[in-house]
Amino acid sequence: MPKLLEVNKLCASYGATQVLYDVDFDLEAGHITAILGANGAGKTTTLRALCQVVKTSGSIMFDGEQLVGKSTEAVVRMAVAHVPDGRGTFTGLSVEENLRLGAYSRGNKAEMAEDMERMFKRFPILKQRRHQQAGTLSGGEQQMLAISRALMLRPKLLLLDEPSFGLAPLIVAEIFRIMRSINQEDGVSMLLVEQNASLALDLADHAYLLETGRVALHGPSEVIKNDESVRRAYLGY
Amino acid sequence: MNQASDRKWFWIGSALVLVALLVLPFLLKNYRVFQLNLVMVYAVAVLGLNILTGFNGQFSLGHGAFYAFGAYTAAILMDKFGVPYWATLPVAFVVCFVFGTLIGFPALRLAGHFLALATFALAVAVPQLLKYKGIEAWTGGVQGIVLSKPQPPFEFRLFDQALSPDRWLYFFTLFVTLVMFLLAWNLLRGRVGRALVAIRDHPIAATAMGINLPVFKTLTFGTSAGFTGLAGALGGIAVAYVSPDSFTANLSIFLLVGVVVGGLASIPGAIFGGLFIQFVPNIADEISKSAPAAIYGVLLIGLMYLMPGGVMGGVHRLWARLRARTEG
Amino acid sequence: MEGFLHQIFSGLANGVIYGSVALALVMIYQSTHHINFAQGEMATFSTFVAWTLMQHGMPYWGAFFLTLALSFVGALVIQRVVLRPLEKAPALNNVIVFIGLLLIFNACSGWFFDHTIKSFDSPFNDSWMFDTKYFSAHQFGSVFVLLLVLLALYLFFRFTSVGLAMRGAAQNPDSARLVGIRVSWMLALGWGLAAAIGAVAGMMIAPIVFLDPNMMLGILLYGFAAALLGGIDNPWGAVLGGFIVGVLENVLGAYVIGTELKLTVALVLIVVTLTLKPNGLFGKHVVTRV
Repeated sequence: MPKLLEVNKLCASYGATQVLYDVDFDLEAGHITAILGANGAGKTTTLRALCQVVKTSGSIMFDGEQLVGKSTEAVVRMAVAHVPDGRGTFTGLSVEENLRLGAYSRGNKAEMAEDMERMFKRFPILKQRRHQQAGTLSGGEQQMLAISRALMLRPKLLLLDEPSFGLAPLIVAEIFRIMRSINQEDGVSMLLVEQNASLALDLADHAYLLETGRVALHGPSEVIKNDESVRRAYLGY
Repeated sequence: MNQASDRKWFWIGSALVLVALLVLPFLLKNYRVFQLNLVMVYAVAVLGLNILTGFNGQFSLGHGAFYAFGAYTAAILMDKFGVPYWATLPVAFVVCFVFGTLIGFPALRLAGHFLALATFALAVAVPQLLKYKGIEAWTGGVQGIVLSKPQPPFEFRLFDQALSPDRWLYFFTLFVTLVMFLLAWNLLRGRVGRALVAIRDHPIAATAMGINLPVFKTLTFGTSAGFTGLAGALGGIAVAYVSPDSFTANLSIFLLVGVVVGGLASIPGAIFGGLFIQFVPNIADEISKSAPAAIYGVLLIGLMYLMPGGVMGGVHRLWARLRARTEG
Repeated sequence: MEGFLHQIFSGLANGVIYGSVALALVMIYQSTHHINFAQGEMATFSTFVAWTLMQHGMPYWGAFFLTLALSFVGALVIQRVVLRPLEKAPALNNVIVFIGLLLIFNACSGWFFDHTIKSFDSPFNDSWMFDTKYFSAHQFGSVFVLLLVLLALYLFFRFTSVGLAMRGAAQNPDSARLVGIRVSWMLALGWGLAAAIGAVAGMMIAPIVFLDPNMMLGILLYGFAAALLGGIDNPWGAVLGGFIVGVLENVLGAYVIGTELKLTVALVLIVVTLTLKPNGLFGKHVVTRV
C-alpha cells in the first residue's frame, strides 16, 4: 500500500538561513506520526515546509502528488489541514465564523453545517461560545477551536504544531484523548510536532527525532518509548 | 592594522569634506547657497521626524505643524520683540518641545495609521489656524510676517565672492546643523536610543523591562518636535518670510517622504532627505510641466521598490556586498 | 430656531457625503488593514471618467454603472501591479506608496480632464415629490443610494463566504492561507470594492460641490474623522459618523468657532475621539491576549 505522505531529502530555509537538511520521513494512511526534538531542531519548520509556507527543495509526495512548488492555498485544497503553533485563530471573528472559514475551500454549505454540528457535539464548550469573539477564549478553548477549524476541512492529513503548548495538564490530556478518537473514528492521519515527548509517544504509532535540522533516529513509538538510552539522550526523561 | 588605517582614512576624509563644505559657498552663486541652506534646514527637520518615526515607531504626518510653529516663534520674536536671530533658535526648540510633548499624550492612545491620520489632521488645520483673525496682531494673518536677512558681522572675500547674507547664513546654518546632528547622535547611541528602538519593536517587552513607556514616548514626541521646530525657525530666518500658506499639509508629507527616502532610523539619511525635499520637486517640474506631481508620485513609488530601506539602506546593502566580495 | 434647524439639516446633508467617503475607507480598512490616503483622489478620477462618458452621450445610469465597473477593475489592477510586491514591506513604505498614488491621481485628473470646474448632473430630478425646503431631491436620492450601498456591504461581509474570507485575510493573513484563502486576491478585491464605493461617493458629491481635481481634498479629512468616529471597522458607524461630523461642522462653525476654523473641527474631533474612545463610538473592541 503506497504511503499517504512520503518526504525525501527535504531542505528548508528562512531567507538565507537553512534550517532543514535532507530530511526523510513518511506516513501511512490512518497513522499518527510524531516529530520530536529540542527547541530549534526544525520541527515547526517541517510542518511549514509541508504547507509550502517556507522556501523548500526536495520532494514531498502527498496522495500521489508533488507538493513542492505548490502554493499554500493549493496544498490546503488537497485536504491538508495545519493547526499552527500559537493556535492561529482569527481572534477578531466569532467562534462560528472561525469554523466557517475552516470549511471555506470546500464550498459546500450543507456539509459545512453538518460538520459544524459534529464539532459542537465533540466540543460542547464551543457551542456555548459560538457567537463569542475567538480572542476571548481561554488557551484550551482556543486549541479546541483551532483543531475544530482544521477538521472542518475534512482533511486527509492533519498537521498539529505543539498542541500542548501553554496548556494545563488536565486540558492537554483531554485534547490528546480527543485527537486519538479523531484518528480512530474518522480515520484522519496525523503528523504531530511536540516538545512533550512522552505524551506524543503515547499517542503516535511512529516517531522521528530531529536534531538541528536532521533526522537523528526514528522508529515505532513503542520501541523508542522503551529504549532508555534513547530516552535519556534525546528526550530528557 | 586595518582598524588603525581605517581610522586614519576616516579622519582624513572628514577633514577634506569639512574644508570642501567651508569653501563651497564661495564657489556657488547666492541662489544656490540659499538652496543649500534650505537643504540643511530640511535635514534637521527630517532628523527630528526620524527620531520619532524611525527610531521610536510613532508615525507623524503632522510635523509641518511644528516646523510652522518654530518658524512663527522666531518671526514673532524677531519682528515684535527685536530678539537677535540666533537667540530665537533655543526658544523655538523649547516652545516646540513643550507643544510636542503635549501632543504626545493623546498620541499614546493611537498607533500606526490612526496616529498618521490624527497628525495629518493637525497638518491640514495649521494653515487655517495661522490665518485666524483672532491672533492676527501677532501672526500677521494671511500676509504673514516679513523679516530681513541677518547681515554678516564682518567683511570677507574668497574667490572674489563677498560674504553675503546668504553665505553668512550658510555658515550659521552649517554650524547649527552639525550641533543638532551631534546632539541626536549622542542621544540615540546610548541607552536612550536602545530604549526608543525597544519601544518601537516590542512595546510590551520594553515595559516589562522597566522602561516607562508613556514618559519615553511623550518626551520623544517633544524632542522630535523641538528638532523640527528649531529647523523651522532656521528656515524662517533663511527665507526671511513666514506666512500660513508656506506651511500647508504638503510640508508634512514632504518631511515624512524625506525620512523614508533617507532611511528610517538613520541619522546621516536625514541629509539625503533634505536634498530630496529641496531638489526633487524642481526635477519633477522640469520633467513634466503639466503634471509634476504625478512624476513626483511615480518617483516615490519607484523609490519604495528599488530602495525600500531608503538611500542609507541601499548604501548599507552595497557596502555589505562589497565587503562580502573582498572577504570572500 | 429656524436658523439652527437649517444648520442641522444642512449638516445632515453634508453628512451623507462624509459618510459615503467614510464607507469607502472602512471598506478598504476591513479588507486590508490599511488606510488608503489616495481614496479621495481615486474617487475624483472616477467621477471625471463618468463625466466624460456622459459628455459623449451615455445616459446617466449607464455611465454610473460602467464607471463603477471600471473603477473596480482599475483598482484591482493597481493592487495587483503596484501594491502586491509591497505586501510584506513595513507599513510606512505602504503609506508612502499611497501618498504617491494620491499625487498621481490628482495630477492625472487635472492633466486628462483639465482644471476648469465642471458641473455634474444629478439623476434625481428637481420635480420629484421629495424636493422640500430643507432637503433637495438630490440629497434625498444620495441618502437612498448610500443606504443601499451600505445594506449591500453589510450583507456581503456578514453572510457571504467571500466577505468572511476577506475579513479573515485582513486580520490574520497567515491563518487565512492555511484555510485555503487566496489572500492576495482578497486584498485586490477589497481595493476594487472600495474604489467602486468611492466612485459612488464622488458621483453623489459632484453635483453639489462641482467637479474639479481638488474636489475631495477637504472632504477626505472629514471622511476620515467620520470613519474614526464610527469605528474604523464598522460600516454603519461610518455612515452615522458622517452625519455627526456634518452636523457638528455646521453647528460648531456657525455658533462656536467660526467658519474659518472648520477644518480644525475635524482635527479636534479626531483627537478627542481617539483619546477617549480609540475604537470610535461604535467600533468593536478587539481583545488580544498577550
